[in-house]
Amino acid sequence: MKERGNTSLAEKLQTPARRIFWTEWRGRSITYVSVWIVILILLSLLWFITSKGLQPFLNGEITLSQFFSTNWSPQDNKFGSLYIMLGSFMVTIGATLISAPLGISAAIFMTEIAPKWGKKVLQPATEILVGIPSVVYGFIGLTLLVPFIGKLIGGIGFGLLSGILVLSIMILPTIISISVDAIEAVPQKYREGSYALGATRWQTIWKIVLKTALPGLMTAVVLGMARAFGEALAVQMVIGNVPNAPFHFFISIHTLTSMITQNMGNTVPGETFNQILWSMALVLLLMTLVFILVIRLITRRRDVS
Amino acid sequence: MLVVDQFNVYYGEKHALNNISITFSSKTVTALIGPSGCGKSTLLRSLNRMNDYIPMFRADGSIRLGKTEIYDSKTDVVSLRKRMGMVFQQPIPFPLSIYDNIAYGPRIHGIKQKKQLDAIVEKTLHQAHLWDEVKDRLHASALGLSGGQQQRLVIARVLAVEPEILLLDEPASALDPISTEHIEQLILSLKENYTIIVVTHNMQQAKRISDQTAFFLHGEIVEAKETDILFQSPNDQRTERYLSGQFG
Ligand SMILES: Nc1ncnc2c1ncn2[C@@H]1O[C@H](COP(=O)(O)OP(=O)(O)OP(=O)(O)O)[C@@H](O)[C@H]1O
Ligand SMILES: [Mg+2]
Repeated sequence: MKERGNTSLAEKLQTPARRIFWTEWRGRSITYVSVWIVILILLSLLWFITSKGLQPFLNGEITLSQFFSTNWSPQDNKFGSLYIMLGSFMVTIGATLISAPLGISAAIFMTEIAPKWGKKVLQPATEILVGIPSVVYGFIGLTLLVPFIGKLIGGIGFGLLSGILVLSIMILPTIISISVDAIEAVPQKYREGSYALGATRWQTIWKIVLKTALPGLMTAVVLGMARAFGEALAVQMVIGNVPNAPFHFFISIHTLTSMITQNMGNTVPGETFNQILWSMALVLLLMTLVFILVIRLITRRRDVS
Repeated sequence: MLVVDQFNVYYGEKHALNNISITFSSKTVTALIGPSGCGKSTLLRSLNRMNDYIPMFRADGSIRLGKTEIYDSKTDVVSLRKRMGMVFQQPIPFPLSIYDNIAYGPRIHGIKQKKQLDAIVEKTLHQAHLWDEVKDRLHASALGLSGGQQQRLVIARVLAVEPEILLLDEPASALDPISTEHIEQLILSLKENYTIIVVTHNMQQAKRISDQTAFFLHGEIVEAKETDILFQSPNDQRTERYLSGQFG
């Protein structure tokens, strides 16, 4: 009786151990293989874009200083892309200047001022807005915004301002929903501690909630910027697609993404114009890396403090 | 004087405080004792209306601070809380520096001069007996402090606001005997200017520091009277059994 009890106990102890070993092993193999596939895809993409993007420079078809000049006339083999890059920056900065304050304020409202209504109505609504494909935003911009601006100031309505407005509407839900997450992650105890010292709600929001959520809020803004910078379709539909100097709200301009989408089908692989598009893609890639780096830096500062 | 009169608290269906009546006289220390879950924190948090943030919370009855009816809708909760400093059961410093944690209260109440703030920080850290341990790292994050240090920091943070009444929810629960003694001495010295209400599970501590003791059980006050009398000759059998460690 006692013997049998002992063996069964020993068995019980051993069997799961063996089973755990195999599940462990299987799980580990699957994750390792997946990780290597992902790394491989990533590296080959990076390699592909980098080598394609560098080609016109290595082949001597264009110099760096020519590429970063303002002289754009493809028919004369001049591909100075500075205004196009600046176009990307201008729409991004413009959209962020509008959406960041608006989005963060909306997030404060949804979490701190009217949390019930915010949770039930506004947050689900924002999440739906995040999911709307960008081409829809572009379509709406093209149908409503462009004619409206055209009527308001005369002219055709395409241009920097239309691009900024469409993008700001598009990135607003992204900024709101990430900001909401950041604010909700602030422990309730911090708020209580502040109230207990006789702080008002606004003092608590300003000095405790926003201060604590700051890295998350900055991440929200940078992610919004990254989305604006990389957006192609919606922008292309409303900014007019002419590589003018992007310093005037009401004239048509170009951006890196709109230039690529507009011309990738109209150019022949191997010709200089097509190669330049790859160089632009490389610039986009590098900018994305910068955005990611910035987010990394922001979130790391939080860990230290 | 702080007077609680037939005060009831409900959390949803749960009747957490049942017809509580007790008076806290000025410049005295009252100890609240009783088994876990009997409603000590609930009473403390009701006094400065920190329970307002709990959605299911409901209260009736009366609490008066001087002439102010605390649960009157016209009462200014913000200035009420400035008058009643509170140390929570779980002390949580803000994710700011040690200095900024203490300067937070004075700053929101309008003190801006650095000299003045420096003086407040140093004084309150001395009072809370934390100064020597942190004087070289005032601008380091308060989250890097140990549990006991955080508890003392939170006490310093409350003193910096200069309230009239101190609500302390187990202020020494994470402290070693020496720090505990310092905090007890602090409480006794503050008694000259403050009205102090302190929750404690330590009977000896209640005996050492309090003038009045209230024994809670299941949301009711079984007995509340002068500490010496309560400990020597409790009226109620339940008090007697609790004090002698027979249940709770
Ligand atoms: N936010 C809340 N929601 C619902 N019930 C609560 C809440 N806070 C406290 N209670 C209940 O009210 C009763 C009293 O709780 P309270 O925190 O006042 O006890 P306590 O005497 O401070 O106990 P302890 O010594 O463990 O701190 C308990 O039964 C508790 O479960
Ligand atoms: Mg408690």
